Amino acid sequence: MIGALLFRDIRLATRAGGSAALALAFFAAVATLVPLGVGVDLKLLMRVAAGVLWVAAVLAALLSLDRLFQADFEDGSLDVIALSPLSLETVAAVKIAAHWLTTGLPLTLLSPLLGVMFGLPPEAVGVLTLSLATGTPAVSAMGAIGAALTMSIRRGGLILPLLVLPLLAPAVIFGAGAVQAALDGLSSGALLFLAAFAVVATLLSPFAAGAAVRLNLAG
Amino acid sequence: MTTVQYLDIQKLTCIRGQRVLFRDLSFRVDGGQVLSLEGPNGAGKTSLLRVLAGLLPAAGGTVALVSGRGAETDADERGRRVAWLGHNDAAKPQLTPREVLMFFARLYGTRADIDAVLASVGLAKIANLACGYLSAGQKKRLALARLKVAERPVWLLDEPLSSLDADGRKRALDLVNGHVMFGGIVIAATHEPLGVASERLTLGAAA
Repeated sequence: MIGALLFRDIRLATRAGGSAALALAFFAAVATLVPLGVGVDLKLLMRVAAGVLWVAAVLAALLSLDRLFQADFEDGSLDVIALSPLSLETVAAVKIAAHWLTTGLPLTLLSPLLGVMFGLPPEAVGVLTLSLATGTPAVSAMGAIGAALTMSIRRGGLILPLLVLPLLAPAVIFGAGAVQAALDGLSSGALLFLAAFAVVATLLSPFAAGAAVRLNLAG
Repeated sequence: MTTVQYLDIQKLTCIRGQRVLFRDLSFRVDGGQVLSLEGPNGAGKTSLLRVLAGLLPAAGGTVALVSGRGAETDADERGRRVAWLGHNDAAKPQLTPREVLMFFARLYGTRADIDAVLASVGLAKIANLACGYLSAGQKKRLALARLKVAERPVWLLDEPLSSLDADGRKRALDLVNGHVMFGGIVIAATHEPLGVASERLTLGAAA
């Protein structure tokens, strides 16, 4: 039952018109545009790389989050899913997992290439990739709360970033901070803080998102 | 499929946006019975169905699903015994009818014969065509097929006959008749006669 929902959401995201490729393209496009705007000062690019890539990754993931529940809500699928043996909390957790597998994971896998493009040294590229691997589940999880809250609002996609971006500030601070520390040759606990944030966000958000879905179905 | 003896509704009250849709509504539907909900637009037919499914909390009253295992009044548990057909058809434009039914069968944990169900609603020929290309009537047929796949004792149908042609209506009624023949319960909100032997409940008559 869990597998059925996971498999379907992944299939919907990767099929023509799906959101997976879109998020990846957006991430690459932003990362390519920034050097064009900043100029070819390699030292400067290296300093801003982690921040730019983290912000681009968060925005790319948000791009597809607004439809996480809304698409199923609008076409009636969510009613039928709500009556399945799965609890709404489980449904939310599965949808978060599917979203991460189709956006967070591909973004993480592409990030080393973009890190090199920004002139990051190998060890900093490693930390960047590790920080995205640790932090993007939190992005999907926190985003799911916003997506569940805004699913019945017509232009919910515009409100979603306002709700979710402040909640994701810790991920960006610790994620980019870990890369900066690696660049400066310092040891820092940023990755550990990021991991702690991700664990808490990922464990708690299915309950919040499930409750928000229940509220919207009854609305 | 677990059988249900009857559905017992006592003093059910539903309030939507500070408007009382119905108050102290009591009725009973036995296994093997079809109940058609009638009433003007806005009388609360869809809301009543959503309350019965446990999707919408009632402002008062109880809904008990009585089976051999006793009376079940918990809304979430009741939802596990209900197959739902809403006015949206839950057909994803990117997926084919077969994929949609396979998904719901696996989600509900049933082993329905998908090909046989597709044939029974007349969708066998377009089973592998993306739902985005289906007409409104074909999507409704797919929604009807989903009821069969769900293998649940209580069917809650919101306008099951809308946008269906004569052949589609006949197949829909065959499905309904087949379901009640095996002791299932069907509650359908309609604006037109269902065309099967049914009890009637009229909402909002005084409004």
